[in-house]
Amino acid sequence: MQWETVIGLEIHAQLATRSKIFSGSATAFGAEPNTQASLIDLGMPGTLPVLNEETVRMAVRFGLAIEAEIGHTNVFARKNYFYPDLPKGYQTSQMDKPIVGKGHLDITLEDGTLKRIGITRAHLEEDAGKSLHEDFHGMTGIDLNRAGTPLLEIVSEPDIRSAKEAVAYVKAIHALVRYLGICDGNMAEGSLRCDCNVSVRPRGQEAFGTRAEIKNVNSFRFIEKAINHEIQRQIELIEDGGKVIQETRLYDPNKDETRSMRGKEEANDYRYFPCPDLLPVVLEDGFVERLRETLPELPNQKRERFQSQYGLSAYDASVLSASREMAEYFEAVFEVCGDAKLAANWVMGELSSLLNKEGLEIERSPVSAEQLGGLIRRIQDNTISGKIAKMVFEALAADEGASADAIIERKGLKQVTDTGAIESMLDEMLAANAAQVEQYRAADEAKRAKMFGFFVGQAMKASKGKANPGQVNELLKKKLEG
Amino acid sequence: MHRLTLAQIARGLAAKEFSSVELSEALLARIAELDPGLNSFITVTAEQALEQARAADARRAAGESGALLGAPIAHKDLFCTKGVRTSCASKILDDFIAPYDATVVERLAAAGCVSLGKLNMDEFAMGSASESSHYGPVRNPWNTECVPGGSSGGSAAAVAARLVPAATGSDTGGSIRQPAALTNLTGLKPTYGRVSRWGMIAYASSLDQGGPLARSAEDCALLLSAMAGFDPKDSTCVDQPVDDYLAALHRPLAGLRIGLPREYFGAGLDPRLSDAVMACVEELKKLGATVKEIGLPSMQHAIPAYYVIAPAEASSNLSRFDGVRFGYRCENPQSLEDLYKRSRGEGFGAEVKRRIMVGTYALSAGYYDAYYLKAQKIRRLIRSDFIGAFQEVDLILGPTTPNPAWKLGEKGDDPVAAYLEDIYTITANLAGIPGLSMPAGFVDGLPVGVQLLAPYFQESRLLNVAHQYQQATDWHQRAPEGY
Repeated sequence: MQWETVIGLEIHAQLATRSKIFSGSATAFGAEPNTQASLIDLGMPGTLPVLNEETVRMAVRFGLAIEAEIGHTNVFARKNYFYPDLPKGYQTSQMDKPIVGKGHLDITLEDGTLKRIGITRAHLEEDAGKSLHEDFHGMTGIDLNRAGTPLLEIVSEPDIRSAKEAVAYVKAIHALVRYLGICDGNMAEGSLRCDCNVSVRPRGQEAFGTRAEIKNVNSFRFIEKAINHEIQRQIELIEDGGKVIQETRLYDPNKDETRSMRGKEEANDYRYFPCPDLLPVVLEDGFVERLRETLPELPNQKRERFQSQYGLSAYDASVLSASREMAEYFEAVFEVCGDAKLAANWVMGELSSLLNKEGLEIERSPVSAEQLGGLIRRIQDNTISGKIAKMVFEALAADEGASADAIIERKGLKQVTDTGAIESMLDEMLAANAAQVEQYRAADEAKRAKMFGFFVGQAMKASKGKANPGQVNELLKKKLEG
Repeated sequence: MHRLTLAQIARGLAAKEFSSVELSEALLARIAELDPGLNSFITVTAEQALEQARAADARRAAGESGALLGAPIAHKDLFCTKGVRTSCASKILDDFIAPYDATVVERLAAAGCVSLGKLNMDEFAMGSASESSHYGPVRNPWNTECVPGGSSGGSAAAVAARLVPAATGSDTGGSIRQPAALTNLTGLKPTYGRVSRWGMIAYASSLDQGGPLARSAEDCALLLSAMAGFDPKDSTCVDQPVDDYLAALHRPLAGLRIGLPREYFGAGLDPRLSDAVMACVEELKKLGATVKEIGLPSMQHAIPAYYVIAPAEASSNLSRFDGVRFGYRCENPQSLEDLYKRSRGEGFGAEVKRRIMVGTYALSAGYYDAYYLKAQKIRRLIRSDFIGAFQEVDLILGPTTPNPAWKLGEKGDDPVAAYLEDIYTITANLAGIPGLSMPAGFVDGLPVGVQLLAPYFQESRLLNVAHQYQQATDWHQRAPEGY
């Protein structure tokens, strides 16, 4: 049977505020346990929440960026359940009236085509603390530093059809929240976490299959692996005559498998009701409109502009617009060199592999956009060849000079374009290879073509790569034919 | 000295007739002597009180003045007091030392009040008799066989017995007004949002409101002036200027339009109380008020609505008492579930458990619409009843309670009978309007209270009417025998 996968994602993006959603405690990652937990975060009797206005601004900006309906009156609700790292015995979240309603986001598939993914809603809520099971001799430690950290939970429609699409969608959300400056996107620190709802159905069937939810997957790679594993598990289960049950599963990256956490029958009745300690949040039109004016150019707008303004391919444009920093770097290189194609090739080629190798983000690139632009200019005006350019790039990366020009000058890498100098160099080289010259002249057309490369190589070697390759070709041909 | 009202104390301290230390010492001695028979205090903070009294005397010596500077009070034991046990009269918080002060506590301390200790109450403010306390029941100084009302019964008993001139209380369904009525005091529940709830351990967040209990309207005005006002730490606290309550006391009542809701005088009301209320109405007429009958038809649904909303909120508010971070933890928990079940099972009393279960049920999937949402609709109807009535009258008047104080243990095994005692008071909480109870006579030697209700933020009107009535009558000045 042919199976179709249906995926919906819930992404929790930690909002990059300085303080928590309902208290003044700091939100910085990695502090000593319970040093960033105030009376409110500890759920002390008598304490009350006060909403951090910045979280409202961030959520609205996200809503505007996905062209969503904004919840002009949105309401916080309590989600009641007991857990040791949930200090109040309820999570303050939003249920019936979220701050962001229906919206959508376009993702670029591998073949460069666009697909629109519906976003059901996005709502504000507080994070829980952490339970620590190591080092407590059979007991559990509770760290409430994270309790009360603001989260935006972004819920997609079940529009995603493969693990690859899911990854593309998460990457698009990741890029978007970083463009908006509302989340640092650091998945290793849990700033962006993903719950994947996965089901399969026979191709052509309209009704959804029973879904399983994989909780808290925290890297692009794991999202793809976890979903693919889950799809496989469900198909095998059904084909063996079994049934998928609605449950929560956990992905174990070490074993590359998902396993059951709890079933539907163990699911909590969360007893949602409007939080009586917080008033409904009423957004005035002026507030929303002022935020609309603060929106930066968004990834998809940038991608379209890169295609139309610079003539880049859909693929190149989407890679270069994937992060604000990458896009800014690319445009800065273009500013200096004026050649978008070369700039794109260098940024996506040499620069990206250098950054990958060094494990660096583009904003900490050892080669600045200014330096790379200057280097490309010297390729354009024939000062150096492409091959020498790579040497210069490596020298720039190793901080051997302030600019391409300085390195070319100091290392004497300037291309030789003086015809007389090249001719005498060629004469010397041909004299030293007299036997080969004779063979060449005796050979037929096909053989000559092969042997010509040998002479070019010898010539470039003799000039230490500096001779202009075009001139070398032209003069060499004349001399050999002549 | 214990017979002095707050207003008299203010004059005495200003005239240097006595010091705050002298006054506090006298009252502390009186508490030590008389409170064992009443059980109105859970914690007496004698040492800290004398320290505060010395500080107040020093401030006065340095030239500072202020009506409450050096005035002794005491707090209901659900207001957090830094460094002092704050128990909510529950075993689950028996060892809880609050790490911070409630805004009410902080404001009264800033005004110079000396806190003598923490007052007994119904566990988590759930009750109308102050019998559900982990620390034992409170007795009514008017008849120690009787309950003082609740949940602020410790506050009421202590003030009525002249152990302290005034006290703080909280009112979720009548918990200030009803005990005030049963002990011959003046007690005020302010408009929801008038007094900060920061640091007041929540029972039902959308109904809870702190306020004063004292022996006169004037004293309530003094205390409320210091308690009321905007607090950025409480999102439901309203940013609106606080009236000059003392200045408002002296307005004449000529032209005052009083409404008597017919629903307040129906079956269930002890006719002797009805007579006392009507005598009060006659007195107010003499002072220039006009009276008309009005209707508050949605009141008949108030008790069921209240007993859905309050327990629903309570079931969530009390989830934090889980034995994990503070409060009571059971011995040797075998698992997480065991920790929760036994800590809560052993830590909470019967009435608290009953309300948690009722509230949990009302919020459950499949029942939410039928109970919680329906109750919220009734709440809106009750509110619009009042808004409509206040188009016609300035003030609504009726009995505070259907009966005078009852015997300890009398309603112990019938929670619904006890819930019905709240019939006249809970509508003000559901609507959020202010209400005041004032002494208006006696039945069989037990006090009768009259309740006044006013539009939002018109506490000054309530205090004004009560004060004018108290200028013309002396019910409020009567003390229980032996106190």
